[in-house]
Amino acid sequence: MNIRHTLKATTAALLVTGGAAFAQDDAMTGPNGEALAENQTFTYRVLDEFPSIDPNLIEDVEGSAIGRNLFEGLMSQNDKGEVVPGVATGYEVSEDGMTYTFTLREDATWSNGEPVTANDFVYSWQRAADPATASEYQWYMGLMAIENVDEVMAGDMEPSELGVTAVDDYTLEVKLTQPLPYFPQMVTHTTTFPVPQSVIEEFGDEWTQPGNMVGNGAYVLAERVPQEYITLTKNENYWDAENVYIEEVTALIINDENAALTRWEAGEFDQTDVPAGQFPRLSEEYPDEAISVPNLCTYYYNVNLTDKGLEALQDPNVRTALSMAIDRDVIVNNVTAGGQLPAYSLTHSGTADFEVPEIEMADMTQEERNTRAQELLAEAGYGPDGEPLEVEIIYNTSDAHRSIAVAIGQMWSQTLGIETSLGNQEWQTYLTTRGEKDYQGVARAGWCADYNEASSFLDIMQSDSGYNDSGFESAEYDELLAEARTAEDPLPLYQQAEEILVAEQPILPIYFYTTVFMLDSSIQGWPLENAQDNWYAKDLYRVAEGE
Amino acid sequence: MFSYILRRLLVAVPTLLILVVISFILMFAAPGGPFNSERPLPPQVLANIQAQYGLDQPYWKQMVDYVWNVVTKFDFGPSFQYRDRSVNGIIAQGFPVTLTYGIWSAVIAVIVGVTIGIAAAIRQNTWLDYVSVGFSIGAQALPNFVMAPLLVIVFTLWLGWLPGGGWRGGQWEYVIMPVIALSTSYMASLARITRSSMLEVLNSNFIRTAKAKGLPMRRVILRHALKPALLPVISYLGPAFVGMITGSVVVDVAFSTGGIGQFFVNSAFNRDYAVIMGITILFGMLTIGFNLIVDILYAWIDPKIRY
Repeated sequence: MNIRHTLKATTAALLVTGGAAFAQDDAMTGPNGEALAENQTFTYRVLDEFPSIDPNLIEDVEGSAIGRNLFEGLMSQNDKGEVVPGVATGYEVSEDGMTYTFTLREDATWSNGEPVTANDFVYSWQRAADPATASEYQWYMGLMAIENVDEVMAGDMEPSELGVTAVDDYTLEVKLTQPLPYFPQMVTHTTTFPVPQSVIEEFGDEWTQPGNMVGNGAYVLAERVPQEYITLTKNENYWDAENVYIEEVTALIINDENAALTRWEAGEFDQTDVPAGQFPRLSEEYPDEAISVPNLCTYYYNVNLTDKGLEALQDPNVRTALSMAIDRDVIVNNVTAGGQLPAYSLTHSGTADFEVPEIEMADMTQEERNTRAQELLAEAGYGPDGEPLEVEIIYNTSDAHRSIAVAIGQMWSQTLGIETSLGNQEWQTYLTTRGEKDYQGVARAGWCADYNEASSFLDIMQSDSGYNDSGFESAEYDELLAEARTAEDPLPLYQQAEEILVAEQPILPIYFYTTVFMLDSSIQGWPLENAQDNWYAKDLYRVAEGE
Repeated sequence: MFSYILRRLLVAVPTLLILVVISFILMFAAPGGPFNSERPLPPQVLANIQAQYGLDQPYWKQMVDYVWNVVTKFDFGPSFQYRDRSVNGIIAQGFPVTLTYGIWSAVIAVIVGVTIGIAAAIRQNTWLDYVSVGFSIGAQALPNFVMAPLLVIVFTLWLGWLPGGGWRGGQWEYVIMPVIALSTSYMASLARITRSSMLEVLNSNFIRTAKAKGLPMRRVILRHALKPALLPVISYLGPAFVGMITGSVVVDVAFSTGGIGQFFVNSAFNRDYAVIMGITILFGMLTIGFNLIVDILYAWIDPKIRY
């Protein structure tokens, strides 16, 4: 693990000519004194072309990784996912928790040598919230609860009225409409990164092209062939350039994960994802290179609680029976087989400052669960001796989802005597069906946290949430979450909210995701304990073989 | 002949317009849209984005505006999926790639396929014939989505001779595997078509006459049999050639070439309306163009045909 986040703002990063010489001296040993390889490049595979690499428009995980290398936000994350200084050296928060004042380092510069100032952040945030920018991630600005953000997004106020101001060049003040204890965590997100106003005004939409693009991160854009690859090279103007080891980062766009794996095995690049079900074989063959780490996402089934859903499923006991009859250990060990963890709660057990409450179901053995499930179903009047029940499982077309649905259908039929039918739909069609709650039984879903805090999961089950696809409504639940926003210690409230979900089972949690990938053993510094898998190329380095 | 070509080109315009209208109707009939995702956007955000792209207009107006921009400015609009790219840009980048490996595949498929077909026909029921027919059936039965990963495993993983994917501006070592994967099934079809039509011609009366006059076999075949035998081959080649130069999704995905084929499919899944339309029109124009070329070739080869 490397700890190169020294917070000294003393580095004279403007030594452009000296920078290369420095790197030469440093290139001998890594942060922990390891012998470094001659070749300090990092090449990895991504599934698809980035919809955008403009921080205000980035909308996907892979694009965010590019954004974190080309730009630097107020705050960054370390290898454990904790918030550490980025362009800001620190911040102060007011008594009422509604005003944040960030102090910016004075040695941060753009790759064209201009200083990075508080105005760059103001410009970027206004641009992200501006309806004319038409960014899909406007919703994230809304989530940050910045003063006037809703009015700006609706076009009722000018972007300049957004509650973010540059007090002076190196002081940024943000006013919120409600206290958000995790606000500093939120400014590690790419949407909030600074963008260079003069460059955007000069080139318009073309500003992200190689040659035009100016960033403030540890890397600059060198080359980009859409649908094929993107190459970033080290930014010698970065304030901490002397502690950046990797000279060149390349992302290869390879749509087919099996083709990617074959090419990784042929040694063409350093990192790639593991296709579903292949992890056991690969970890046997490459014990040091097949990696599985928790990832803040939960796989679950929505149960339709609206009047479009089956009548039987309106009974919490029936839902609990269905939930208990799912043998999650079989799912994670034999179906997904990538180190995933069985889930009995919505919130991922690895979420920061969160502990899953005591859940009776989780402590039982599967036999006990099955017995209890049969009792509950019989009490409700369904199953072998009661009314017959047929539940449809719908999911978006994918082999992995299908395998899980088949397995769960089997479990329900063997344990509870319930018939199941499977329905798969192409992604866009599926989103419409699920969003309009146009299904009778259960619908597959996955949710990933936007920031490392329990509310990022729990919020989706609020009555008015647009992501609540089961139609669950509970005033008590909503109140608990509202109270948690301003609570000194929100954990007990979050646990109570989880307990409501456990009692009601509007969703059937199935497993907590893992990120499963192959990483060449010479690459060090990967943030394995960062549950959001937010990696920064500036923290990586390649050790000499045999180390 | 000239007036015939002109007539055909004039008919192409309404054909393309009908294609545009039908594509539009199908596109809007499909549920979902370019900005639907796992995380539904708040209504305000969605409205802002739709206004930006003109998706808040009535359907007929969107269609008319689209056609107007294409006809007057040759502008196919922005991609909804890739925010910093236009449809013109996507086609300009992806089409040359597919064109390169498509033309190579076509040339190789024709040369090898036709040669095998003729050889098998002349030496009917010999080992040469059986081997050729066996090869054709094998190549036909081995679809390219099986072929592509096999090639990568053999040439990249085991032998280490060729890069497993990418394009890098079309350097030869990156082109080889896409061409092999794309051309084999066409090659097999061509071999079979050539063989059967050659057999038919060789058994016809005028060939018997030529043989009876004591012409050497080589001359009989090259001078008399080849032209009529190639007629079915040419009619097969028109659509096949369009199929090859518009690339194949399988080849693009398996070898990460960045070609246009994968965009055609992905844009449909992403509901990237502008890209769907742009590529549909491109493929439509190519199909119409090549069918015309085939018909002209026909007239040149077969004296019985007069337009």
